[in-house]
Amino acid sequence: MSTKKKKPDAPHPHDELLRTDRMPHIWCTGCGIGTVFSCVLSAVEKSGTPLDDVAMVSGIGCTGRMAGYLKLDSFHTTHGRAIPFATGLKLARPQGCVIVASGDGDLLAIGGNHFIHAARRNLDLTVICVNNFNYGMTGGQLAPSTPFGARTTTSTQGCSEEPFNFCALAAACGAVYVARWTSLHIRRLTTSIGEAMNKRGFSFVEVLTPCPTSFGRHNKMRKPLELLKFYHERSVIRNYIDPKDAVLDFKKNLVVGKFVDIERPTFLDNYRLLNRGELGDWPDLEPKLPRPEKQASG
Amino acid sequence: MAGKAVLTGTYFMNGDEACCEGALAVGCRFFAGYPITPATEVAERMSWRLPEVGGIYIQMEDELASMAAILGASWGGVKAMTSTSGPGFSLMMENIGLGLCTETPCVVCNVQRAGPSTGLPTLVAQGDMMQARWGAHGHYEIIAIVPSSPQEMFDFTIRAFNLSEQYRLPVLIMADEVVGHMNERVVIPPADQIQVVSRKKPSVPPDQYRPYQPGPDGVAPMADFGDGYHMHVTGLTHDERGYPVMDAATQEQMINRIVSKIRDHAHQIISYDAIAMDDAEAAVVAYGISVRSARRAVAEARGRGIRAGLIKLNTVWPFPEEMIRDLAGRVRALVMPEINLGQMVRELERAAAGRCRVRLVPHAGGSIIRPGAIVQAVESALKEA
Repeated sequence: MSTKKKKPDAPHPHDELLRTDRMPHIWCTGCGIGTVFSCVLSAVEKSGTPLDDVAMVSGIGCTGRMAGYLKLDSFHTTHGRAIPFATGLKLARPQGCVIVASGDGDLLAIGGNHFIHAARRNLDLTVICVNNFNYGMTGGQLAPSTPFGARTTTSTQGCSEEPFNFCALAAACGAVYVARWTSLHIRRLTTSIGEAMNKRGFSFVEVLTPCPTSFGRHNKMRKPLELLKFYHERSVIRNYIDPKDAVLDFKKNLVVGKFVDIERPTFLDNYRLLNRGELGDWPDLEPKLPRPEKQASG
Repeated sequence: MAGKAVLTGTYFMNGDEACCEGALAVGCRFFAGYPITPATEVAERMSWRLPEVGGIYIQMEDELASMAAILGASWGGVKAMTSTSGPGFSLMMENIGLGLCTETPCVVCNVQRAGPSTGLPTLVAQGDMMQARWGAHGHYEIIAIVPSSPQEMFDFTIRAFNLSEQYRLPVLIMADEVVGHMNERVVIPPADQIQVVSRKKPSVPPDQYRPYQPGPDGVAPMADFGDGYHMHVTGLTHDERGYPVMDAATQEQMINRIVSKIRDHAHQIISYDAIAMDDAEAAVVAYGISVRSARRAVAEARGRGIRAGLIKLNTVWPFPEEMIRDLAGRVRALVMPEINLGQMVRELERAAAGRCRVRLVPHAGGSIIRPGAIVQAVESALKEA
C-alpha cells in the first residue's frame, strides 16, 4: 500500500461507476487489482443489469477496498465475512445481482468455511478472488495461496506449506461456474465475470495478479513489468480440464481457463421446492404397521 | 403453506418459541443461525414458521456467518435476527461490532448458559451481561433487554426489533436457559395491537443522500440495497458520506454520534417496573430469571414484616443510572441477585455512589437463585445499614 499519489486529471472511461471523489486509490504501482476492477466494471456495464440491482460485497485487504470505489450499493465488511454477509443480502433481495470481490486470504483462509458452504448451497453469488499469493495490505505474509518455497515476511526461508488449488476446491464444493485468469487476460476475464454474473448459482472467478510491492520484493519479482511478462509467458489456457489438473507451478506453468460451467438448482430453487413439499421421496424403513382395531367405548 | 404471522390467541409455550412468535409478529422475515443449547428451539421453530410467512430461514456454518448474514439481510431491507448462547455469542461479537459501526438494525437473542467456554450447556446463568456491554472491541453504546418469562420473550422481542429499527443498531435480548425452556402461558394479541416501528428511509434524491448524516433524532435515514441510493457501507471509520477516513477527527465524530444517539434517548429506551416500592426500606434490583426469585423473596420478606420492594429491570443497557441514584437516596439498601459472581452489581454500586448499602446475592450458575438467599441478604443489609 503506497501513500502519496497525485489525483489524475483525465477522466476514466468508467467514471460513471466510480466514486471519483475517492481517487486516488490506495493500490500500489504495478498492482493487478485495478485491472481486475476495470474488468468488473466493464462486465457490469456489458451485462445490462439495472445498476440499482447490482451490489458489491468485499472483506478486508487490498482487494477488499474495491467495494469502496464502486459507485453502486457497496459493502466493505469484516475480514473473511463477505460471503455470509452477501448471503443475507442476496436472500433478502433475490432479484439483486450480488458480486463478492475479495482477496485470497480473505476468501479462503479466514473465510474458507463460508466459501465452501456457500458453494455447497449453490447460493446465487458471483465470487471474484484476486489472488496475489500473499497478504498484501499487511506487508506480505504467507497465505493459503503462497506457492511452496516462496518467501514472505512470515516465511523468510520459503513457504513450507502446500497451497490450495482454489478452482479445484470451488468445483469440489459444488460451484457451477469456475474460471481462472491472470490480470493480463483482460478480454477473457471480462467475459468470464459477465458469464459468472449471468449464471444462476455459485460462480467463482480466480484472478492471478502481480503484487510487486509485497510478494515480489521477497521473491526477486519486484519489477512490475517483469512480473507481468512472467505471468504472460507462463500461463497456458486449458479450457474445461478437470480443475484438479489446473496446477499453478511457478517453475513450470500457470494453468488458466474456464474449467466448469454446469447447471444445478440454486439454494432458492430448492428452498421453494421445500416450501411446496416437493423434495421427493425418502427411503421408508418404517412401513406402517396394521392399526389396532378401535374398541368401542362403553 | 401460507400461514399467519401473528398467531393471535393464548398458548402454553416456552420462551424460545415465544421469542420466535414475537419476531414474526413484528415483521422479522429472515433468520440465520447455528444450533446451540439452550437456544436451539428458536432456530427450530423459525425453520418451519418463516417459510410459512414467506420468509427465509438459513442454517449457517457457524455463528460468525449467522451474524454476518443477518446484517446483509437487514441491508437488503428485511428485518432479521439470530439466536445463540454463550460460545456462539462470543463468535458473534466480531459482526455485532460491524453492525454497530455500520448502524445496522437487527436482533440477537442470547439464551444464556453457564460459562466460560462450554461450561454447563443445559443449565442457566447470567454471566454474559458485561460481554453484552463490551464484548465487541472499541467504544460504543448498546441496548440490551432482559425478559423474565415466556410472555416477556414475546413482548420484549417485539420491543427489541422496534428499538433496533428506531436507533439503527443490533439490539440484544439477554435471555437465559430457564426463561428459554420454561413453558408458561403466552398471550399473543391481535395484529392491530402490535406496535411496529420500521427504519426511516431517506427522503432526499440519491445525489443529496449522505448515509450517515443524522436526522434531528440523531439517527440517519437508511437506504436499502436496491433503493437506488448507491451507498457505501464500511466497518472502517467513516464520515457522513460513508467514506472511510483514517484520522482522529473522523473517529471522534463517528464514535460520539453512535454513542449519543443512545445516550440522548436513554429515558425512552430504559424500562423497569417498581413493585411494592412505596414504603420500601430495601429494594431488590433484579433482571431476567432472577426477577422470579426476587418476587418470591420480596413476598416472603413482607410476610416477616420487612419493608422490601422490587425493581424489575426490563432493560439493563443502557443502565438506569439516574433512577438508581435517586432510589439510593430513598432506601437503606439495594440488593441484587444475579447468576454470576457480580457483574451488573458493579453498575448498581457505581450509580448508588455510596448513598446506601449495596449487596450482591451471587450464584456461579447451574440453577436459579433460591428466594431465601435474597431474603437473608435483605435482612442482613438492613441490620447493618
